[in-house]
Amino acid sequence: MKYLKYLVLGTLFGIILTKSEVISWFRIQEMFRFQAFHMYGVIGSAVVVGLISIQLIKRNHLKTLGGKPIVIADKKFSHGVWIGGLLFGLGWAITGACPGPLFAQLGSGVPAAAVMILAALAGTWTYSALREKLPN
Amino acid sequence: MLELLQQPWPWYVAGPLIGLTVPALLLVGNKALGISSSLRHICAACVPAGIPFLQYNWRAESWNLMFVLGIALGGFIGYRLMGHPDVVGISAETVRDLKAQLHLTDFSGLLPRELFALDNLANWKGWFFLVLGGFLVGFGTRYAGGCTSGHAISGLSNLQWVSLVAVIGFFAGGLLMTWLIYPLLF
Repeated sequence: MKYLKYLVLGTLFGIILTKSEVISWFRIQEMFRFQAFHMYGVIGSAVVVGLISIQLIKRNHLKTLGGKPIVIADKKFSHGVWIGGLLFGLGWAITGACPGPLFAQLGSGVPAAAVMILAALAGTWTYSALREKLPN
Repeated sequence: MLELLQQPWPWYVAGPLIGLTVPALLLVGNKALGISSSLRHICAACVPAGIPFLQYNWRAESWNLMFVLGIALGGFIGYRLMGHPDVVGISAETVRDLKAQLHLTDFSGLLPRELFALDNLANWKGWFFLVLGGFLVGFGTRYAGGCTSGHAISGLSNLQWVSLVAVIGFFAGGLLMTWLIYPLLF
């Protein structure tokens, strides 16, 4: 049951995504059409709180609850970051969901989410298979 | 209080709580918030097919699969048990534009039924919205090395310029679809 804590955190995360309606296709369309502040407020304030939290962790050399050091790996650049980013963006505007919301939609009982998750798995699998042939 | 929890949560409540997930995962077990990786782990567990990118010890990443399972559970609790309005309260301008451009009439639920009903798999709409859309989400996030949680929330919180490039890509793709491709399709 060492994974129970992640199940609990995931559940809380899913509740927040659902209650703030960021798992709604309508909200994502509203965002890409610049017609409400809601999504920008959610993402923006999440980044600000995350940034302050990480700074506090780093400056105070905080350790995990188990006493292990906290190390955050740097993200590496490749051309995939912008090419893949662009492709995901197209998909985000179509499905109205990034991967987290897809799972929350599934739980909320949207049948389409099951199909979209299967398609997303097919996408990830195809990328994995073609990886060496793609510009990186 | 109970009624307040049942209402949709405003951005200034939800955003900071999402932000706090970043330190929570770090403090609990030195884990970086990221969700699209779970798709890779599922592929590695179920259909590795000898692909080098899928040959790794996915079991060591089980926490990520548990987190994702939790998100689905959270979707059930947040939507089914805590209640929800019939219609997502998007702006009047968005309703007007979606009616005019995408010919939507039914605004109930989280997603428009006219585009996302499973019956649509009998025509191009279902294949475009469900299959192509989902495929691009899975392909693009892995190619980019992260999604909205891994790059936009985790990455930007840790001042990663690479994540800023990714987020600009996400938005460019989304704007291209909304403003150029949707008008061509409908």
